[in-house]
Amino acid sequence: MDWASLSIVGMLASLVAASTPILLAALGETVVERAGVLNLGVEGMMISGAVIGFIGAVSTGNIVFGFLCGAVGGAALASIFALLSQYFLTNHVATGLALTLFGLGFSAMIGQPYVGKKPPPISDLSLPYLSDIPALGRILFSHDAVVYVSLALTFCVWYFLRRTKTGLILRAVGENHDAAHGLGYRVVRIRVLAILFGGAMAGLGGAYLSLARVPQWTEGMTAGAGWIALAIVVFASWRPERVLLGAYLFGGITILQLNLQAAGMTLNPAYLSMAPYLMTIIVLVLISRQGKQQNSHAPAALGRIFYAPR
Amino acid sequence: MITLVKRPEPSKLAGVFAPVVALLVTFIACAILFAILDRDPWEALRVLFWDPLFDETMASFTRPQLLVKAAPIILIALGLSFGFQAGIWNIGAEGQYIMGAIAATSVGLVCYGTSFPYIFLLMGLAGIAGGVAWAMIPALLRVRFGANEILVSLMLVYVAIQFLAAMVTGPMKSPTAMGFPETRSFRDFPPAFNGELISNTGLHWGVVAALLTAIAAHAIQKHHLFGFQIRVLGLAPKAARLSGIEPTRMVVLCLALSGGLAGLAGFYEASGPTAKLTTDFPSGYGFTAIIVAFLGRLNPIGIVFAGLVLALTIIGGELAQLMLNIPAAAVLVIQGMLLFFLLAADVLVRYRFVLHPVGVG
Repeated sequence: MDWASLSIVGMLASLVAASTPILLAALGETVVERAGVLNLGVEGMMISGAVIGFIGAVSTGNIVFGFLCGAVGGAALASIFALLSQYFLTNHVATGLALTLFGLGFSAMIGQPYVGKKPPPISDLSLPYLSDIPALGRILFSHDAVVYVSLALTFCVWYFLRRTKTGLILRAVGENHDAAHGLGYRVVRIRVLAILFGGAMAGLGGAYLSLARVPQWTEGMTAGAGWIALAIVVFASWRPERVLLGAYLFGGITILQLNLQAAGMTLNPAYLSMAPYLMTIIVLVLISRQGKQQNSHAPAALGRIFYAPR
Repeated sequence: MITLVKRPEPSKLAGVFAPVVALLVTFIACAILFAILDRDPWEALRVLFWDPLFDETMASFTRPQLLVKAAPIILIALGLSFGFQAGIWNIGAEGQYIMGAIAATSVGLVCYGTSFPYIFLLMGLAGIAGGVAWAMIPALLRVRFGANEILVSLMLVYVAIQFLAAMVTGPMKSPTAMGFPETRSFRDFPPAFNGELISNTGLHWGVVAALLTAIAAHAIQKHHLFGFQIRVLGLAPKAARLSGIEPTRMVVLCLALSGGLAGLAGFYEASGPTAKLTTDFPSGYGFTAIIVAFLGRLNPIGIVFAGLVLALTIIGGELAQLMLNIPAAAVLVIQGMLLFFLLAADVLVRYRFVLHPVGVG
């Protein structure tokens, strides 16, 4: 195997791009779960965002419009989940699974005519001077705009949850919906908005996959990224700053195994492809090992159905 | 203003009719969806749900497929129904199905060409063992470390798919397959081949096993203490613990049951209908089975009927792909919608709608 072909700077630079879709989806799901809703449909919302964003960008030639379409598409799928889980009081686990199946099928169906097409190119937003710094410049300051947006969003979500009154109310709803209801907060409305935000973020992450990371549309292209995003939320103990860390860790594993494959490691490539999934399991175990301590981080009303009798 | 009022007791009537209502609404939604996609909705519905059973030229090929597709789905769904009642979510049955198939096939390949008498039985046991072993990973990680079984079992599906790819391109690759990633076919080795018992019916040993398992599952859920214990655990976890039901034991048992049945389904599939392993072996039966378990109300008899319905959608989907050039994944749309409508209809089991005049309620 050719160790010399592995470039640390190159790998770190592509790590950031590889992590961005998962980071966006996991940030959205953090807000959703903080509001006490467990939406397991991230994979479905992500892939719908990927295909709708792709169609939007290809048919108008405008990549920004494509990302917008992706976010709206993800939110549209999330609205199905919001309707069922908040108004029809359905089981969150089953509804989320249905959303994932539906999203996988729906995206394959509407994306069929777009297989093999090329989206408009996304340009790197190399920051002047900063991107000329050796090594660091390439790792940190020469990415496309969405990468910077995702970092800004990480800060915004952290600020919203920790420092704003609305964020506090949202967390109160997630900890004890009956008490929040008793105080006069609109539990259902807050949760619906959180679910829609989560959908938009997952859709944006999906659109980043199909428009920037790959960039093309193939059936089932998310390949479990949505589920990894869900695992990262647990890993991060529902805290946005740790979501960033988790997403970059997983991006790193993905990039490392891809580079090892390219460098001609003698192991069957299938074994290397297992790495991100095995890593997810190992991290889940390590995090859950803290047992009760970790469970206290989980929003107390997570996945519980809110019913207010009149 | 419409509000929901909780019923004192879940409605039995609504519980029986919810799946029927969900099916009918799914038909309507399918028609609308195809109309939006510029397809003739009547033709699409006919190809999806009618032609596989009754079309003169097609049905002779597709009708036997009904049992072939339904058997693995029913087997897996029966296993899942235990855990789902107890609130234990094994979402990775697809991975256990694949690992069962790999274990069974490896035994069959080791004995390939020998005249050892119990090959088929050994393969079946290996299939069960493979599925149980794969399900024990999320079970033990949850019991020992509190790791979420939904995420772990699901991650293991992706690992199993990669493991299958490694096997069929590596140690289990057929020496006569040239460039193709596939194992030897059991069609050329009758002692390990799970063929049709009556020709042109699709009836193979897996179908028999699915029906026998349904009867056994019915007996356990209705008359055995274990069936009672999982219901208590699902409905009232605290009461369960106080009455001496050990949650950890239940997690291990439920995951072992669902993993074992998924592995068994993998064995019947890999020794019969496909008769070999390829990278295309994973067909999503493990995920379809989740819908079947819900559509069948987690009730073994209901699951048999639900399995047949979902098998019909799969065959119809394949036919629609062939005749109307609709992507195969359209079946997932139908399955997803069916589960949406079922869950929505289920609200009537536990609640009833009450109409209030505006300003009064």
